[in-house]
Amino acid sequence: MAVIRDVMAAFELLQPNSMADAQKLLEQHGRDAWVLAGGLDSFDWFKDRIKKPKVVVDLSGVAELSGIRTAADGVEIGAMTTLTEIVQHPVIQEKYGLLAKSAELVASPQIRNQGTIGGNVSQDARCWYYRAGWPCYRASGNICYADTPEGRNREHAILHADRCVAVNPSDSAPALIALDAKFVMLTPSGERVVDAEDYFIGPDIDITRLHILRPGDLLTAIRIPAAWAGAQFYFEKVRDRNVWDFPLLNVASAMVVSGGRIESIRLAVNGAAARPLRLKSVENAVVGKPPNAATGEMAGKMAVQGALPLQFNAYKIPLMRNLVKRAIGGVEQATWAS
Amino acid sequence: MGLLEWATDPWGKLVPIHIAWFLIWVAVIAGLLFFIVHATYLRYFAKPRQFAAEVPLPAVSHVPARVPRHSLVARAFHWIMAASMFTLLFTAFLPRLGVQFPWVTWHWVAGAVLTASVIFHILHASFWLDFWSIWPDRIDITDARNRILRFMGRPAPPPRKFAKYPLENKLYHAAIIAAGLSAIVTGVLMMSRVRTIFFPRNPYLFSDMTWGMMYVLHGLAGVGLIALIMVHVYFGIRPEKRPITKSMILGWMSRDFYLEEHDPTRWVVPATASSPESAGTKD
Repeated sequence: MAVIRDVMAAFELLQPNSMADAQKLLEQHGRDAWVLAGGLDSFDWFKDRIKKPKVVVDLSGVAELSGIRTAADGVEIGAMTTLTEIVQHPVIQEKYGLLAKSAELVASPQIRNQGTIGGNVSQDARCWYYRAGWPCYRASGNICYADTPEGRNREHAILHADRCVAVNPSDSAPALIALDAKFVMLTPSGERVVDAEDYFIGPDIDITRLHILRPGDLLTAIRIPAAWAGAQFYFEKVRDRNVWDFPLLNVASAMVVSGGRIESIRLAVNGAAARPLRLKSVENAVVGKPPNAATGEMAGKMAVQGALPLQFNAYKIPLMRNLVKRAIGGVEQATWAS
Repeated sequence: MGLLEWATDPWGKLVPIHIAWFLIWVAVIAGLLFFIVHATYLRYFAKPRQFAAEVPLPAVSHVPARVPRHSLVARAFHWIMAASMFTLLFTAFLPRLGVQFPWVTWHWVAGAVLTASVIFHILHASFWLDFWSIWPDRIDITDARNRILRFMGRPAPPPRKFAKYPLENKLYHAAIIAAGLSAIVTGVLMMSRVRTIFFPRNPYLFSDMTWGMMYVLHGLAGVGLIALIMVHVYFGIRPEKRPITKSMILGWMSRDFYLEEHDPTRWVVPATASSPESAGTKD
């Protein structure tokens, strides 16, 4: 099992300097290749010697993958752009504050300096049974150690669990879903663009991955359309330690209010399932209603319908209900209920 | 390249976790090779079949134009089982081949249908059908020996015509029982590891090693069923077997086919028989 070691297992380090070269290398090495972005997820795996890739493709030298490009129809953020750059970018702050807020709440300043947006949305599950190298479903085995009466599952899923109960740990993912972002990938068959919510997959589809990237694929950029620029945003993250931690749950909403009523809204939560969940039924239910505590109350109740707690995570149900309530009604109006 | 995949459990023991997935392709290729070899042999090398002496016509004068073979209940079982079996195989193996969809619920629901239908079939066959008609008897063994000797060019008397089911059909049924029951028994126990409406989840019902062996047996039975079902479909669509396939849809076969292939003394059609509902009953 996992023992922290100082020395990683040997691998061949490839450092392409163009996007095309990077994708070609990934395609060439297929399942043997590991994509290295900021390294914050990767080096945990490597140092614990749980993952021992033969080839590591380091993207840090690919300039095309970094930077924020603004245009009239939105912004395009390179997948290797650091979270700090996103937090500090004036256009992101001004028009897409939801993303800036979510990125600012990721881990610590040092980690945000090194961590990339591509890495943040593509990081692996943080279930410790899985991270410890136990042969669970997510590691291609045939058991979930967390989903047992004795399993430590306080941080695990309350929705859409299917054998594996790990959750997606990304903070930026629900914000990007709320902003209707598009994920741009370079695949062996060319460029592929998907909606943010379709980038993520649950264990019912593939129990070994949290996203749709296959061997040979490369996430190159994230495009945020101008449609939601300057909307009314809400992001809240609940974690055990406010200094830095993964989310127990987070919520992101982008709302357009007109004449005191919700004209349109996009709402997503993360930490409740293996993929960030866009709450479409809640969105549909609140459109046309005032963004107040009563609407929030109704939305919160709807959001947790079908939730199935494990032995130690029932608290996530009222937590999610209240976060959704606050995302609709605002912190001031929506009181916290247990 | 091993036949099984192994992992180290939390106690440091090496345990099997499932079969190696390349065995899916081994089963598919084995099934395709069987088609090619069998079809080539029949087309170019097989000699005309010869059966032992005919039964005198007066003994079969009562046989109706439509000989009842499978009752409606038996046919319904067959097609329900077929649908659930195909669902099980597609939901089990397509995701392994890269076709991604939420397969687990479909898989255990189809497994539950198959289990229920097989339990029904065992009871139905035991108490309402001629239970022994699907099992090889002494004549089958003797005839099989004679057919092998004749195939090898050695002297042997011609075999008799078949009873209700040819020996190949009986052996196939036995193979399906072995593979099917292995998949069903292990599958029912494996349902305690996923969320279903049947049992509370309990992944610790057995040790990691026992669970591993169970997954391996389930996988082996599954890939075995791929080859068996490919062979079954192949025979089902072969021209000379179509009357048998049609009888599984309509319930009856023609008098001519019956007299051509079957021995009326080994598969006795009662004088009163006229509808498929009287097929296979103990009389």
